[in-house]
Amino acid sequence: MIMLIFVFVISAFLGIELISKVPSQLHTPLMSGTNAISGITVVGAITVTAVSVGGTVGLILGFLAIVFATINVVGGYLVTDRMLGMFKKKEVKK
Amino acid sequence: MLETWNSSIVPILYMVACIFFIRGIKLLGKADTARKGNLFSSIGMLIAVVTVLTEKGVINSFSTNLGRNGYVYIAAAILIGSVIGIIWSKKVAMTGMPELVALFNGFGGLSSLLVAIAQFVSTEKGDKFTAVTLGLTIAIGAIAFTGSVVAWGKLSGKLFKKQIRIPGKNVINAVLAIGGLAGIALYAFSSDPTLELIGIIVVTAAFLILGITMVVSIGGGDMPVIISLLNAFSGLAAAFAGFAINNTVLVVSGCLVGASGLILTLIMCKAMNRTLYNLLFGNFGGGAKKTASGEAKEPKSMSVEDAYLILEAAKNVVFVPGYGMAVAQAQHAVKELCDKLENNGAEVNFAIHPVAGRMPGHMNVLLAEANVPYEQLKTSDEMNPQMSMVDVAIVIGANDVVNPAAKDDESSPLYGMPIVNAYEARTVFVLKRGKGTGFSGVENPLFTNDNTVMIYGDAKQTVSALVSEFDD
Repeated sequence: MIMLIFVFVISAFLGIELISKVPSQLHTPLMSGTNAISGITVVGAITVTAVSVGGTVGLILGFLAIVFATINVVGGYLVTDRMLGMFKKKEVKK
Repeated sequence: MLETWNSSIVPILYMVACIFFIRGIKLLGKADTARKGNLFSSIGMLIAVVTVLTEKGVINSFSTNLGRNGYVYIAAAILIGSVIGIIWSKKVAMTGMPELVALFNGFGGLSSLLVAIAQFVSTEKGDKFTAVTLGLTIAIGAIAFTGSVVAWGKLSGKLFKKQIRIPGKNVINAVLAIGGLAGIALYAFSSDPTLELIGIIVVTAAFLILGITMVVSIGGGDMPVIISLLNAFSGLAAAFAGFAINNTVLVVSGCLVGASGLILTLIMCKAMNRTLYNLLFGNFGGGAKKTASGEAKEPKSMSVEDAYLILEAAKNVVFVPGYGMAVAQAQHAVKELCDKLENNGAEVNFAIHPVAGRMPGHMNVLLAEANVPYEQLKTSDEMNPQMSMVDVAIVIGANDVVNPAAKDDESSPLYGMPIVNAYEARTVFVLKRGKGTGFSGVENPLFTNDNTVMIYGDAKQTVSALVSEFDD
């Protein structure tokens, strides 16, 4: 448990350091990209679903959790890629 | 065999996934590597998902009885989620991007909330620390969920169109937050199953409502910042879920998102000259509407034909796009006009305010879609020093970001916000649908300046009309 707290604190500082100077046109893609990462909760959803097989309520909740998290992950990455793809185009033209 | 796999290989794979996330976020912050960064982080996600499928708990749910086989449910859920995610992300128009991100974010929060409740329903309560983190997962996940849904509704114009003011909002929010936290304490520190259940219900309800009351009274102009904050929340919810189910990869990546999201939020606040504090606890734009101090001048307006004559003579033109351009889908027409002006020998630039539109970078994305070259997209800091040399500034559906009151009127709610100094140009065209105020509800003295000309009508039609004038 102490290990998890340790990891939590280090990750927090790492996250702060990672976002230092970001040009403003990248704010939206960055928000959308990190938003996709927060869909990591799908891993938790999968674990909980597997553990809950047999119980109805837990299984339904876990199932829905996977669905929503997957929408977040898949949709989030694709939308981010679409946005960034548009930036790319003009760079090729340059 | 399975034991070794679980105790050594699984953590290593999670670590690899985390490294991909970290590299991904880093690369996302630079223009030329951003796409690669997104790819990196999605590979990390794939590794994490495949890894969890080989974990002991999940493998144990394998059964020849399909109704009792965990993989069947997991596969079905992932399939449904993927299909919905793919369809929505392909279908959405570039203009609708901000609200889609808000909605996705809400789903992430909802998922963490459901994970915590499912954990509560189907497994024994852990130690007190684990129980508290489970409660916090519910709390933060719930705020992120309802808050994001409200943000989505406001941005897409489907819900809460009117500015809603809740009297005593801060008191209500404080009561909800304290009540919710008390619910967590009740759940974590009691040993009576009934009290535990009540605790969980209280925390869930209180924070679901808090998400609504917190976001509903915030003005649309501040939405980008709120979405970024809610994004940080949903990351944090995932991190706490990691504590609750004892999973490192959730703790690391959730916390990464939480911290980087918070920093991004602060950067955005700075660009708008707002503090997070007055954003969340203050009342913006809803206060007594300031009567235009002194003379109430009528703005001048002009026909497209006359505007064309001025444009034809202009040697230096700057476009100042805003949300109105996104609404009117005028970016392609703008690009056409831009080409015409350049063929006519004029220098054309775009001055883009950091928070123009409903999200930072919103305008850049739209103009990039219309193939406007990168070099022509200037930030307001780059453009402002040369603004007095500009013959014509064409303001398309922007309002608050060109409001000179931010510079010289201390009583204006916008005072202190950096703006695009469009008013310094020799002539300013303002393309606007009607005479209303901007999203913040603040009067814009730019419109009544002597060098300002209003061209009323749909931005796309006006721009197209100007283009055809050049053709004639």
